[in-house]
Amino acid sequence: MSALTMSCPIPAVARDHVSLGHGSGGKLSAELMREIFLPAFRNETLERLEDQASFSLGTTRVAMTTDSFVVKPLFFRGGDIGSLAVHGTVNDLAMGGALPLYLSTAFIIEEGFPMETLRRIAASLGRAASACGVQVVTGDTKVVDKGSGDGVFINTTGVGVIADGVNLSASGARPGDAVILSGFIGDHGIAILAEREGLEFDSPVESDSAPLHTLVGEMLQTTRAIRCLRDPTRGGVSSSLNEIAGQSRVGIALDEAAIPVREEVRGACEMLGLDPLYVANEGKLLAIVDAAVADELVAAMRRHPLGRDARRIGIVTESDPGWVTLRTLLGTTRIVDMLAGDQLPRIC
Amino acid sequence: MRYIDEYRDPKIAQALVDRIHAQVTKPWVLMEICGGQTHTLMRYGIDELIGEKVELVHGPGCPVCVTPIEIVDKAVEIASRPGVIFVSYGDMLRVPGTRCDLFRVKAEGGDVRIAYSPMEAVKIAQNNPTRQVVFFGIGFETTAPANAMAVWRARELGLTNFSELVSHVLVPPAIRLLLNSPSNRVQGFIAPGHVCTIMGYWEYKALVDEFHVPIVVGGFEPVDLLEAISMLAAQLEEGRAEVENQYARTVSFEGNRAAQRIVEQVFEVADRKWRGIGAIPMSGLRLRPEFAAFDAEKIFDVEAMEAPEPAECISAQVLQGLKKPVDCPAFGTRCSPERPLGAPMVSTEGACAAYYQYRRHAASLVCVQ
Repeated sequence: MSALTMSCPIPAVARDHVSLGHGSGGKLSAELMREIFLPAFRNETLERLEDQASFSLGTTRVAMTTDSFVVKPLFFRGGDIGSLAVHGTVNDLAMGGALPLYLSTAFIIEEGFPMETLRRIAASLGRAASACGVQVVTGDTKVVDKGSGDGVFINTTGVGVIADGVNLSASGARPGDAVILSGFIGDHGIAILAEREGLEFDSPVESDSAPLHTLVGEMLQTTRAIRCLRDPTRGGVSSSLNEIAGQSRVGIALDEAAIPVREEVRGACEMLGLDPLYVANEGKLLAIVDAAVADELVAAMRRHPLGRDARRIGIVTESDPGWVTLRTLLGTTRIVDMLAGDQLPRIC
Repeated sequence: MRYIDEYRDPKIAQALVDRIHAQVTKPWVLMEICGGQTHTLMRYGIDELIGEKVELVHGPGCPVCVTPIEIVDKAVEIASRPGVIFVSYGDMLRVPGTRCDLFRVKAEGGDVRIAYSPMEAVKIAQNNPTRQVVFFGIGFETTAPANAMAVWRARELGLTNFSELVSHVLVPPAIRLLLNSPSNRVQGFIAPGHVCTIMGYWEYKALVDEFHVPIVVGGFEPVDLLEAISMLAAQLEEGRAEVENQYARTVSFEGNRAAQRIVEQVFEVADRKWRGIGAIPMSGLRLRPEFAAFDAEKIFDVEAMEAPEPAECISAQVLQGLKKPVDCPAFGTRCSPERPLGAPMVSTEGACAAYYQYRRHAASLVCVQ
């Protein structure tokens, strides 16, 4: 037999349509921002690319953010689209160090949607807002033709105030800083996937959906040496840390053994071929802090119910700027890359 | 977690690394067949741990990577037809065909759905009697029983709106092709544990005897792979060539007879084209004639579709173990998971994607802790 002749096709990959990957929080989302939205809206506040905008109104520093919720199923273990719409926006404000005050909500509802379900969602959203100490002060409703939506989509916009001396930014990480994680990762993503795919576990995974502003309040009371906070939602811990590494032009080195993942979540990830570092959270935060205060801060976080399992998971380095790396259980080092789009379940 | 933690135990792993270092007196080239194994090797940096004397090259066992471009084109064509529900394993959706991938079909309004099991597609067909439901039945021997069972079940249920687009490939003919190649460098193989869970390892005896090459059935965790490497090193150093089974906790000599039976009942062995490799005689499975009513290629009349595969990227040499992904000039620049030029960059099991995801920075990495 002659030498193998192998070849590989070079396909024309279309870039002229939006794909689901553009909404994944990974590289394709960043590309959409860079190529479409930034050029169209260009301004100094937006260009900081934080999870919330911050600006001054008179002498008050204000934080503002917006988020849309298209979760399916609408109700899941640990929450529903209503409570999630509050927590998501409250958390984006909290990550800027802001005290959340007011929310707007916009409902885009598909014709034929059951009124009773809408009532449940609105009640849940209201309860979540009260529990967070924020008021829903304005809103909008649109109804679209049957087939033009998927039940209900909710947008919430939030406004809060930032205390003097608080200055958190994804570009604030410095070599030597500690990386702190507030608890177990992957719960929300796996809870949603389990509902969607009908997966059953011995002890079912609940979404961690929760408002983090009181935890952040405690943290800022403890120290002002916090450089940056992020809640690792879609795209998971990996996307958030890659963004920080990129914007701060530093490396981030994680220790695999230190990253807490529940057994059930690990099991589901093993089974589905997913990496928990890329799975969404809705009640966790990552903090980049001066290493000198890291232990004190972790101790303070552990006194708060949402920070009970807080721990240091890595350090910020001068080497490898822009990269997140992981020291594996075996002592070798690998990259923790930002994904292009969503994680896809493997064949086998 | 049982069956996971003990196979990722750093102490056990280190003991195996030490054993390999003590065993090896000269350089050896080993190939792991399965993409899942490649993934673990890269993820845990096992090639770094075992040193330079044992070179690991990465085999063609990534089902996504070897599915030929014309099958993807056929999938795109069928999924684009009105009224069709096209169901697939997740990582096939991003594999580029000539015109586009299945994600693009979905973006254009096609009803393309991800499933974890072909039985879900059967259920979809039951629930949508007015629509044609097509399952993308690809993979190695591992997925063949479930794909066969779906067709079997559809016939039992009397469904007339379920079919499969089948492109199954088999491991032993691919190993034979590699060993027959004059440019072959591989001296020992880690056989794919999942495939052998189904098929057993009796099939590999003939290869071992004919080519005097050791084959060890290996698992997918770091300790599994290190142990398999150690077993291969022992055989090579002692001049032995045998089939051995490292993955004994799931693999038996005969394999899963019931699974093999359903595969034999529904599929028959046939010539198959492998992406990047070309046609390999009797290297795949197709539906038996009595199941023609479930053959999507016939129902949608796409049997004759062909697509050229221009020789631009080096996956050819990568799959033969002649080159590493990082040797490709397009690696990480013109070719990335966002814009894959070739299939090995698409699936996480592909060798190029594994290098990209875990190791493309390796040259400049320093240990910081």
